[in-house]
Amino acid sequence: MAEVKQTNDNKEIYKTGQGEQNMGSTDEKQYVAFELAHEEYAVDILSVREIIRRTDITRVPKAPPFVKGVINLRGTIIPVIDSHLRFKLHPEEITDNSRIVVFNMDDITIGMTVDYVTEVLRLSEDQIEKQHSVNSIDNLFIKGIGKVEDRLLIILNLEKVLDLGTQQAKE
Amino acid sequence: MDMNQYLDLFLEESAEHLQSFNEKLLELEANPDRLDLLDEIFRAAHTLKGMSATMGYESIAQVTHKMENLLDKLRSRKIDLNANIFNCLFRSVDALESMTEMIKEGQNPQLEDEELINELLALEKGENYVSPKAKSEEKIENDKIEEKEEDYSLNIQFNEYEERLLKTAQEKGMQIWAIKVSIADSCLMKGVRAFMVFRNMESIGEIIKSDPSVQDIEDEKFDKSFGLVIVSSHHENVIKSKLDSISEVTLEALENIKELTVEKTEDEEPSKAEEIKQDKANGAGQKKQDTMTNGKKHQVHQTVRVDIGRLDKLMSLVGELVINKTRLEQINASQEMTGLNETIEQINRITTDLQSVVQNVRMVGIEQVFNRFPRMVRDLAKDLGKKVNLILEGKETELDRTVIDEIGDPLLHLIRNAIDHGLESPDERLALQKNVEGVLKLSAKHEGNHVIIEVEDDGKGINVEKIKQKAIDKGFLTVAQAENCDRQTILNLIFEPGFSTAKKVTDVSGRGVGLDVVKSKIQTLNGQIHLETQEGEGTRFVVKLPLTLAIIQALLVKTQAEIYAIPLGNIDETTSLEHQQIKNVQGQQVMVLRGKVLPLVFIKDILAVPGDKEQKEMYVVVVRKGEQQIGLVVDELVGQQEIVINSLGKLLTGLPGIAGASVLGDGRVSLILDIGTLF
Repeated sequence: MAEVKQTNDNKEIYKTGQGEQNMGSTDEKQYVAFELAHEEYAVDILSVREIIRRTDITRVPKAPPFVKGVINLRGTIIPVIDSHLRFKLHPEEITDNSRIVVFNMDDITIGMTVDYVTEVLRLSEDQIEKQHSVNSIDNLFIKGIGKVEDRLLIILNLEKVLDLGTQQAKE
Repeated sequence: MDMNQYLDLFLEESAEHLQSFNEKLLELEANPDRLDLLDEIFRAAHTLKGMSATMGYESIAQVTHKMENLLDKLRSRKIDLNANIFNCLFRSVDALESMTEMIKEGQNPQLEDEELINELLALEKGENYVSPKAKSEEKIENDKIEEKEEDYSLNIQFNEYEERLLKTAQEKGMQIWAIKVSIADSCLMKGVRAFMVFRNMESIGEIIKSDPSVQDIEDEKFDKSFGLVIVSSHHENVIKSKLDSISEVTLEALENIKELTVEKTEDEEPSKAEEIKQDKANGAGQKKQDTMTNGKKHQVHQTVRVDIGRLDKLMSLVGELVINKTRLEQINASQEMTGLNETIEQINRITTDLQSVVQNVRMVGIEQVFNRFPRMVRDLAKDLGKKVNLILEGKETELDRTVIDEIGDPLLHLIRNAIDHGLESPDERLALQKNVEGVLKLSAKHEGNHVIIEVEDDGKGINVEKIKQKAIDKGFLTVAQAENCDRQTILNLIFEPGFSTAKKVTDVSGRGVGLDVVKSKIQTLNGQIHLETQEGEGTRFVVKLPLTLAIIQALLVKTQAEIYAIPLGNIDETTSLEHQQIKNVQGQQVMVLRGKVLPLVFIKDILAVPGDKEQKEMYVVVVRKGEQQIGLVVDELVGQQEIVINSLGKLLTGLPGIAGASVLGDGRVSLILDIGTLF
């Protein structure tokens, strides 16, 4: 748990003064949950900048394959990661529910395609279990598994997911 | 107190002061009689001392303090200027520069030139410093110390402007009074007393001149007495009583001046008298203004120092506005609305103005770059034993800030080359019946959307045959190739990596890392370089740079569904292409364009563009990569447009063939092709 704890602490410092946090008990955090290929994933809400509809994505030749391209986010050009390729899932089908989640990591803004944003929920530390290797995603990308009633949420390690230097999930 | 937030400001300002230091020293070396230059140098040293002491950089403060002492003696003519002093002052500036450099790198500044302090001290005492190592043969020239301190006769010299002022005053029936006051030794705040003297004198007349300058008096830079010249219609007694009313101040001498002695000066800067008025008007805010205007006093503009990042932000916002304006226009085109039409036209005008204003804000005079060259040329010429007359032209030419920052080093290289290899030594020149002094001309001018910078010397020029031979020796060309190459092609070889024609490697150039670096740097700035040379007459390097890096003219091209932008600077021409025109030569697709074979590169292939729509007609964009021409095959030419260059962000930098991205009028992103790395 030590590693998870540490990153959480960093977030706290990073976002102090936003007033969003600490509405429930102290170890409870808010997560944005979304669906990818019918599995549920969750990311710390503090790293999410906004959620936008799918727009035209301009392909960038010679970029890593899981970089879907770049979009124009109100004048700023940001890269977008294809989560299906990143996590080695089936190719995505674009529906009305398809969204791009825009993350702020340190001073980098980066987007990621998702199939469906489900909800914002609260998870306390004891609801999260650190787990190795789930499905096809390498454990590098996973921080833990969140349990809410009978649902299981894969909590992503965004630093690794969004780091283009990190290789795709291992075979 | 946390000083970090002031650090940038400090570094920037000290760079400016050191720059002005260098310039003024050079000027002074040329005209040692100009005391006003000494004043300015003194002020620069003083401000630097103050700033560095505030920031806690003791070593800098120490050096500047010693310089200040020496300069003060020079100013009051207690010591005469000589070559040793100049060398020592130049070295001090170098030392200060290297210390600020250390600060920039996050180190604590250390004085590397340990003898410097001793030398400054010795010089200040009027002795020539003899370094323990060096054998100085120069004679001591310290017998001219003037005892001005005790000299109560008021021998104040006026320049032409002051003289005019005084004459007018006389015509109006006013009296000119030269006053010498001294302030009691016990007085703690001499500056305040001096200020009171000034204030009282202003109440009854006008101060024309002071000795030392007002600035120095306010900074308490005088021993205990100072002189003033005022014009007043009041009687002698009034002046006396006004001065007597200030405690701790005694009137040493009061003289009515009838005849004016005029000091000859070619100085075109505002005279002291005007300065005084200005300084007085500014009262307490004076000191601040001083730091801002110091070194370029002839143009007092109100300026604000702005982080370049904020300007970039502003620029991108304006870019965004332009994009949205285009969208509005598109909406208007599809649904006619009279009211909307007018509004859009207005917006159009405003955004265009806004864009040019923002662009202008980013523009900086090339002066900034040019100014560092006189000093360098002086030193280099001395080292190499050459005589160089450096001519700078078009200093006021403006360039985008980002270009300015990058262009300094390449130019430096060209100048060094010109002095080291281009210009002959004085003996050689004499033998060739040329003027002993070689001419090095550096000029800048605008030409359309470009700036042309030329580095020209009247030296020995480049021997084309020698280059040809060298190219063959080094394996750049075969003998047969060399025979077929035209003159310009051969000349351009000197821009190739590893090609240096210097017979011996000097410290300055000839290490084979010269012109190729210059060329690649200029190319990364979207610029071009070429040279013209005439053996025996000289060489001229011409650098052509775009005005700005943020907005460029580009040709939008379409391949399948994707649109790419190609910078216009890279494009030679465009032409249409039909399938039957494509020929194969050794597996390479080519076309014949006006009798020349042009290799073709299909954008669709090299960028792996998806889609397989067949095109009956295609277009070829002829681009230039160095000396090589290549035809880029695209499906459609969309049109020429001004585009704002955006980076792809940290995560996607360094992709081959992609220089950045730009948002098009419809909000979509188009990638900008980087011809240099595309194929």
